[in-house]
Amino acid sequence: MTNEFVLEAITREFPESVISSSEPYGMLTIEVKKEDLKKIVHYLRDSSLEFNFLTDICGIHYPEFPEKEIGVVYHLHNMMANFRLRLKIFMSRENIEVDSLVELYAGANWMERETFDFYGIKFKGHPDLRAILNMEDLGYHPMLKEYRLEDGTRTDKDDNMFGR
Amino acid sequence: MKDNSLSNILNQYESKEQIDGQLYTLNLGPTHPATHGIFQNILTMDGERILHAEQTVGYIHRAFEKISERRNYSQITTLTDRMNYCSAPINNLGWHMTVEKLIGIEVPKRVDYMRVILMELARIGDHLICNGVTGMDAGAITGLTYMFIERERIYDMYEQICGARMTTNMGRIGGFERDFTPKFHELLQDFLKTFPARFKEFGTLLERNRIFMDRTIGAGAITAERALSYGFTGPNLRAAGVDYDVRVAQPYSSYEDFDFIIPVGTAGDTYDRFMVRQQEIWESLKIINQAYNNLPEGPFHADVPDFYLPEKADVYSKMEALIYHFKIVMGETEVPKGEVYHAVEGGNGELGFYLVSDGGRSPYRLHFRRPCFIYYQAYPEMITGSVISDAIVTMCSMNIIAGELDA
Repeated sequence: MTNEFVLEAITREFPESVISSSEPYGMLTIEVKKEDLKKIVHYLRDSSLEFNFLTDICGIHYPEFPEKEIGVVYHLHNMMANFRLRLKIFMSRENIEVDSLVELYAGANWMERETFDFYGIKFKGHPDLRAILNMEDLGYHPMLKEYRLEDGTRTDKDDNMFGR
Repeated sequence: MKDNSLSNILNQYESKEQIDGQLYTLNLGPTHPATHGIFQNILTMDGERILHAEQTVGYIHRAFEKISERRNYSQITTLTDRMNYCSAPINNLGWHMTVEKLIGIEVPKRVDYMRVILMELARIGDHLICNGVTGMDAGAITGLTYMFIERERIYDMYEQICGARMTTNMGRIGGFERDFTPKFHELLQDFLKTFPARFKEFGTLLERNRIFMDRTIGAGAITAERALSYGFTGPNLRAAGVDYDVRVAQPYSSYEDFDFIIPVGTAGDTYDRFMVRQQEIWESLKIINQAYNNLPEGPFHADVPDFYLPEKADVYSKMEALIYHFKIVMGETEVPKGEVYHAVEGGNGELGFYLVSDGGRSPYRLHFRRPCFIYYQAYPEMITGSVISDAIVTMCSMNIIAGELDA
């Protein structure tokens, strides 16, 4: 199984869905349309590509790109062929919703809850979408880049001195 | 998959009176000795039997991922140590390997072997505690006290590397801060000589112990299919019969040089998880022996002045060293843009680091794939229908570490 083979299979099956692809540090990374994510992952799991293992889900925030502000990164793994794949989707802040993968992988449950907790990304079809690590009444999603780590009202720390 | 929702379970009872008279809610935790940290299990019980379980985590969530976005690459080491604190060096060295992969640093063979020795010692320490506690939760505290002595000996060795015992800030980008000390060699040789007999004794205490077997066989079983669907890795997946091990599947740090096997179980129950860890300790010993006997000579760090702090004497006497020192400490060294995922075989499964760099002093995004977080969501399914005492041994046999669960 090679990067070219997997990319070709996905492109052939979903020609309209693949937006871009790259191979950072050797790992095939494909950006797909978020509407098609679930059916692509379904295909990847149930076809002969056999991505039977969901390694990880996490969010990412690029405030400088309004059209593609919020992203979700999925790491899939075909254990038999020992092949890893990264899928990415991006969306704007207005339309911050994507299909849940809990029906495909039981492990997506808490990973999606964590992503919702940190970034506010809603997973359509998730059985129990609540904040998991932070308090439910926190009221915001702290991993978004608009929230500073330190208290912004403090004047005794000058970040300019530290290249921040 | 059967419907385990509370409403479905309650529907099976004939009337509200029956429910009121029979069912009760039990809060196991947050601060219960058996919860190994701080998390809560809200159990709906019918007598001794668990009908429904709901988990609450996040009590010690410390926002490591957010903090990482404000720290430079060296400073994140101390955060990784605090995830799985039972095997801190694996988190720690795994993080440095991730950064090295991003930057493209090749480390000397000696560093690889030193890392293997320390990571395997950490795995032994981690498994000793997990298995000792499994024994304790089944009623046999003796094994744990004996294995704590062995863990202390491993911690004595950490102390020789970095001065710390629990949260070991031992790795550096490119290698180690210092080489193994003569005392470390002495302690390691002594450990390799005496540990096997003591560990064998621990094995005889529990492995074929009738009571322990009755308590653990069949408790908290999970099939290979469900374990894969949940994202299990490490001993918990191998106990269910899947021989996946990151050290073999995607070798890092020269693991391909060593000869060892991947122990697997069949039933995926508490006993199998215990036995897989027992056998892994023997395999880890095998690896340490091979690595130590073939430990290459040479430097204990790569020649990367942009990332590896210069000698203190040089900082005081050479301008160039002073500049490098300053740049590293202030996080001003250039890091390539890119994204990288690196996985190591942690004490309890695949520990992954997903790192996105925008070329700045801190990671743009750092996500830890923490195996404990993945396991614990399967816990309700594993204990529903069983009794409280099964739930306790199941929890500790999954090696639940609150620091890794919450990060």
